Amino acid sequence: MTQMSPTTEHQEPAANTGGHRAHPSAGQYVKIAIILAVITAVEVTIYYIPALKPILPPILIALSITKFALVALFFMHLLFDSRFFSAIFIAGIMIAMLVFLVFLTMIRVFFT
Amino acid sequence: MQHAEPLDHGVAETPSLGVDSRKLLMWLFLASEGMFFGSLIATYLLYRNRSVSGPYPGHGFEYNIPYTSVSAFVLLMSSLTMVLALAAIQRGDQRGLRTWLLSTALLGLIFVGGQAFEFTSFVEQGVTIHTNLFGSSFFTLTGFHGAHVTVGIVILLSLFIMALRGRIRPEDSLMVEIAGLYWHFVDVVWIVIFTIVYLIRP
Repeated sequence: MTQMSPTTEHQEPAANTGGHRAHPSAGQYVKIAIILAVITAVEVTIYYIPALKPILPPILIALSITKFALVALFFMHLLFDSRFFSAIFIAGIMIAMLVFLVFLTMIRVFFT
Repeated sequence: MQHAEPLDHGVAETPSLGVDSRKLLMWLFLASEGMFFGSLIATYLLYRNRSVSGPYPGHGFEYNIPYTSVSAFVLLMSSLTMVLALAAIQRGDQRGLRTWLLSTALLGLIFVGGQAFEFTSFVEQGVTIHTNLFGSSFFTLTGFHGAHVTVGIVILLSLFIMALRGRIRPEDSLMVEIAGLYWHFVDVVWIVIFTIVYLIRP
């Protein structure tokens, strides 16, 4: 406690809250954007490859999740900010997916 | 008369959770928005193949994938310009802030303009919000997303005007970061919509 400043002595230690690390530099942001652009190009390219048609949905979903994660982690700073923000956002997404699964069950998608 | 001690504003902005209240509020809002768009996407998936009559994808109607891919790319790059605006104000670069904020707003306008053009072409192909279940669910989902992008553009232009007047200082960078969170959120929603609605065939 001796190392804490007067303004932080009533707060949780940084490690417990996930802490706040320095955001990426402009160069790192550009690198992430290039990766996102390449993934988008891959998505559109494989869309036009007939041989991949049977396995296209899982590949496209995996690429979409990757893009989603890159934007959320680096551009929205979830990787660098408090874990509490990540928990809130993920909870919202999880509830949305749960509602979707319940909805699918209600219309008997899983019973055909 | 003895006055009470003024409230410590730092305590109000950094509660016991150890995170900024304004940022927390934005994340709670985005979580609720995630549920909102999750429901709209689920509704689209359920209804897209249940139209009694066409046109709908595979039945007299096809998406223009190259065109939508360019739109998706434009919105993706607007996320880059948004974080560059934040990085600029954090290092005190006012000119960079103005440049990147305006760039982001312009890229957003290009996206919304492209969406309006796309909607027009769909109507010309006979797909409207009243045509069938596909049309209703498609226009509701993408229309709400477009409305969110439009709100984001208004926020960005407001920040740009504030920046022009020199009212955004490096210590106010949280304002830009919170606006950025909203903007990146509409981007990640489009990432999902682009894959599920446009690229994955029924």
